[in-house]
Amino acid sequence: MSDTQYNYKVVRQFAVMTVIWGIVGMLVGVLIAAQLAWPALNFDIPWLSYGRLRPLHTNAVIFAFGGSALFATSYYAVQRTCHARLFGGPLVAFTFWGWQVVILAAAITLPLGFTSAKEYAELEWPIDILIALVWVAYAIVFFGTIATRKVKHIYVANWFFGAFILTVAILHIVNSAAVPAGLLKSYSAYAGVQDAMVQWWYGHNAVGFFLTAGFLGMMYYFIPKQAGRPVYSYRLSIVHFWALIFTYMWAGPHHLHYTALPDWAQSIGMIFSLILLAPSWGGMINGIMTLSGAWHKLRTDPILKFLIVSLSFYGMSTFEGPMMSIKTVNALSHYTDWTVGHVHSGALGWVAMISVGSLYYLLPRLFGRTEMYSVRAITLHFWITTIGIVLYIASMWIAGVMQGLMWRAVNEDGTLTYTFVESVKATYPYYVIRLVGGTLVFSGMLVMAWNMVKTITAGKAVEATIPPVAAGSGLDAPAHA
Amino acid sequence: MDLNSIRAAITVAALITFLAIVAWAWSSRRRADFEAAARLPLDEDDAPAAREDGK
Repeated sequence: MSDTQYNYKVVRQFAVMTVIWGIVGMLVGVLIAAQLAWPALNFDIPWLSYGRLRPLHTNAVIFAFGGSALFATSYYAVQRTCHARLFGGPLVAFTFWGWQVVILAAAITLPLGFTSAKEYAELEWPIDILIALVWVAYAIVFFGTIATRKVKHIYVANWFFGAFILTVAILHIVNSAAVPAGLLKSYSAYAGVQDAMVQWWYGHNAVGFFLTAGFLGMMYYFIPKQAGRPVYSYRLSIVHFWALIFTYMWAGPHHLHYTALPDWAQSIGMIFSLILLAPSWGGMINGIMTLSGAWHKLRTDPILKFLIVSLSFYGMSTFEGPMMSIKTVNALSHYTDWTVGHVHSGALGWVAMISVGSLYYLLPRLFGRTEMYSVRAITLHFWITTIGIVLYIASMWIAGVMQGLMWRAVNEDGTLTYTFVESVKATYPYYVIRLVGGTLVFSGMLVMAWNMVKTITAGKAVEATIPPVAAGSGLDAPAHA
Repeated sequence: MDLNSIRAAITVAALITFLAIVAWAWSSRRRADFEAAARLPLDEDDAPAAREDGK
């Protein structure tokens, strides 16, 4: 535990919990997908009702699975690219155990029906305070490690991780501001349309900074490492980083098209969402082109398959998003399952696949093995997941466009052509296809868990000595030059 | 000064800042530094075989 070694323990803890929370979160997702097809599956038990399990699913996959993956990968990448042990001593362990307590508190309070009713920020105020404390500790650990780095340059992955940590702190604290009315009940500090705007300023930047910037940090470390090649264009990484930072903050109003939000604010949200296509694709192209000249590796390396296909889904969903933010398109897509398809193309295709690929890179290194116990199981996981995601998003696209068209259809005399329940009935087969897709993705996580357990039992936890910075590598200048 | 003028000024300042970042990133003087920076993760070996035991 000296300063001459990297802190691998916390990376191991978060890496293992990523897989476990991924299984839990996706299992809840599979259950509520089944409930939409067969509502009797809530068994008339309030704790298992859709309205309570849906926020449990979103919190578990975003903050427990995605959050643990971000902690693990950012702690690994920041140490290795700074040649420094994690800063902060006991704060490091506090981020792990504090985050696990937050997740357990969510898993208990949400099924019991305690919610602030803010999407992706449902947890009640005592848990919100713990999240804020853990996050401040995370910031101290991360930025403290950067401040004590032994190399001059701060590698681009750390810029993305840093932006993610800083922005999520601001978003969480501002959006969670509330007046408590009891231990597990509170009212938002904002009212009416201001509350809605604060919520979706938070909501869309949670997508932009938690689910995008953080995972781009992952992309900028693990793709070059796995491909054995430097990032395609370092200057592009800088420019698209700042473009994302300057633009994402303004995109939130597209969640509130045709609401009480002033029309000009809706238009600004739409325009900035359209601009976002450029920096998003800048990142995607930069990641995929890193493989330029080494495309053959994609054929044999299942970890690279995960990492590169995740970028394809990232490119798809960041094209789809700006299109859906256009008001006339949104008039068709909003409140339909198209939105659900879009979110999962990003969440499963981009976020989960890049996390899984990065974990397959990390796990052997953390447990003293040259590779995962079974490389063929990684390939199997890749194909199960890919087929599952395609089934999921394709069925939701079809269902969503169909719902939008049915809801807007009017007869010559101006009456609605379809009742709402007719659109529900027409959606039924697509709900079943979506359940099949989701079950495949969930099964893939079980394959991963088996592979992880086998890798851990065949290997053993190792530590790594911090190597000296090689002279003449261009990185040997002292920090803070 | 009108609040909206300040808002407009901040927007213009943000745009100019971004354009300055683009110009800085694309200046040829930065090329060597960026090449070294891009190699940063690759210049240190975290291969599992090179790992020593913690005990």
